[in-house]
Amino acid sequence: MYEFVRGPLVWIAFIGFFGGLLYRFITMARLARKDKVVYATFDAKYGLRSLLHWVIPFAGVNMRMRPIYTLLSYAFHICVLVTPLFLMGHAVLWQESWGIRWWSLPEGIADIMTLVVVFACIFFIIRRLVRPEVRNVSYPSDFLLALLVMAPFVTGFVAHQQWLPYKPMIIIHGLSGALWLLLIPWTRLVHMMWFPFTRAYMGSEFGSVRHSKDW
Amino acid sequence: MADLQDIQVIDPGVDESIKKLTPERIERTINRVLTEESAARLQIYLDTCVHCGLCAEACQSYISRDGDPDYAPVAKVKDTLWEMVKRKGKVDGEFLHNAARIAFIDCGACRRCSAYCPFGIDISYLIMTVRRILNLLGVVPQYLQDTTNSHAVTMNQMWVQQDDWIDTLMWQEEDAQAELAGTRIPLDKEGAEIMYSIIGPEPKILAQLIANMAIIFKVAGADWTMPSTDGWDNSNMAMYSGDFETMGRVERLHWERAMQLKVKRVVMGECGHAYRGAVYDGPRWLGWTKPPIPMVHAVEYYYELLKSGRIKIARKIEEPVTVQDPCNIVRGRGLHHKLRYVINEICEDFHDMEPRYEHNYCCQAGGGLINCGPPWKLSRMKSNRIKADQIRETGAHTVITPCHNCHSGIEDIIGHYKLGCHVSFISELLVKTIEMPNAGEEA
Ligand code: SF4
Ligand code: SF4
Ligand code: SF4
Repeated sequence: MYEFVRGPLVWIAFIGFFGGLLYRFITMARLARKDKVVYATFDAKYGLRSLLHWVIPFAGVNMRMRPIYTLLSYAFHICVLVTPLFLMGHAVLWQESWGIRWWSLPEGIADIMTLVVVFACIFFIIRRLVRPEVRNVSYPSDFLLALLVMAPFVTGFVAHQQWLPYKPMIIIHGLSGALWLLLIPWTRLVHMMWFPFTRAYMGSEFGSVRHSKDW
Repeated sequence: MADLQDIQVIDPGVDESIKKLTPERIERTINRVLTEESAARLQIYLDTCVHCGLCAEACQSYISRDGDPDYAPVAKVKDTLWEMVKRKGKVDGEFLHNAARIAFIDCGACRRCSAYCPFGIDISYLIMTVRRILNLLGVVPQYLQDTTNSHAVTMNQMWVQQDDWIDTLMWQEEDAQAELAGTRIPLDKEGAEIMYSIIGPEPKILAQLIANMAIIFKVAGADWTMPSTDGWDNSNMAMYSGDFETMGRVERLHWERAMQLKVKRVVMGECGHAYRGAVYDGPRWLGWTKPPIPMVHAVEYYYELLKSGRIKIARKIEEPVTVQDPCNIVRGRGLHHKLRYVINEICEDFHDMEPRYEHNYCCQAGGGLINCGPPWKLSRMKSNRIKADQIRETGAHTVITPCHNCHSGIEDIIGHYKLGCHVSFISELLVKTIEMPNAGEEA
């Protein structure tokens, strides 16, 4: 099992992840042709202008209205993307499986980043429970997704600290991480791929058709 | 929890129509719109929304109702589209009753929330999709449906007949001449620089606005014309009732008329949604990326006249004024700075609202809301307490509203919240303040 998790599972997860995203991308691009206005409206300048304002922290009004949420959300998204890619433990795997060698995060920093992800997820879950406007639109799947995102980070951290037996922990870690990757294309987590497109589209509409700003 | 009084409103256009529906028809209609009529945008917006609620604070109805979660933009989609998708179109009459209230009354399609959602999800588009479904089911508030019927039959919003139209223009020409000798309303003048287009309510109930504009054109020495026949009304309530076929007919006829007259551009009166229909929704439905002839909103046109000195202000208005930024020309066209320039030219004592420009709150009358009529007025008032607060804070005696819906909507708010001020179009202020040439100079 341990070997499976370290080897074939990684392959399966990545193929499923990229394959899923590619499939979703192609079907959406086709669907966009049916939506007569989409391609005609896209405008590189205004699309990028809007995107930039939504990528730079506090560039938009809504981000300034809720500074704590904004900070946490940025910290979370950076850590959730960067940590798995540049973790030392993963770097070894990259090298073993594909012979790729790249820079990895110093261990202390990686630990902190992992904890940021975990705490941010807990914060998001609590926010879902206590803010009426968020609770009202939360489905059970929203909580499950937050837990799913958290799972590989918690298990990886526990395994790394060796608080619990290492091998079983790594197996759970690998399985949850793979599940995470495999589910991204098919759940709301797909927002990671759609974000630039929806934002740029709205930016294009606001900029080129309506001559105004959307941030 | 949605407001109980609102839930109990009975609107025959909604409730009587629901009684006639069969479950099969509901299911078929919903699924047709979801799968055949809409495509990538619907799919990607439903996929991407992470249910975070960050859009809540954007909506005047959510704020005005003390953060009632049911009035958050995302909640309006959840209680309509999400459920329709989840239940694969198998929804009942009670569901449709609520969906109609949410789609037609609680959302003014003002698009403020798209500037608050990190993904730029177009809630207004999603709500319009709900309206489209309801329209195909015949479930539309009665008053709104009546204006749509009027569009379908007469090509204008208010059942104005051909003879009434000409008669009103001639009457307004005479009125204008009493103010400024030699003023004309030139009909069907081929090759004029400008076609002036207005919306149905002007000849019907606010005819003096036509005379105002004739005077302004006269003072500016403009080469302008109006069509003598259908195509003069560029307002479009069909766009808001979900009857996109009629919307398309209205817009096409309007542009065809302008093409026939071979004008260089169309100046349109002080209306926000008409602008949106003519420049944005109409062309998109017709498959054009933009209108065939440039369109200029009255605010832009006044700006041009004042800036170039073609009209001059003789004496400014002294009392304190503020302005309602109409979403459809501000968030919808970026005219807020020009609007401020015009106002500061005309008025001494201008106090701005906060938030303003693109971030101004909708009047909760646009998007077809006010056209849903008296049964829904109280709901509209409750949904825009924040606007009353905004106006009160400015201390203004006059709220300038360069949009017909804003005009009526703000008037309602002023009455309901007893703000003691009044509303005014810019043209009304302009005719009071511009330098008129001496009557003697006029031939
Ligand atoms: S009224 Fe405006 S802010 Fe509120 S939900 Fe509709 S589009 Fe969004
Ligand atoms: S519409 Fe946007 S802001 Fe509102 S809940 Fe969905 S993702 Fe969040
Ligand atoms: S009526 Fe005015 S404020 Fe209201 S939606 Fe239209 S343009 Fe916006």
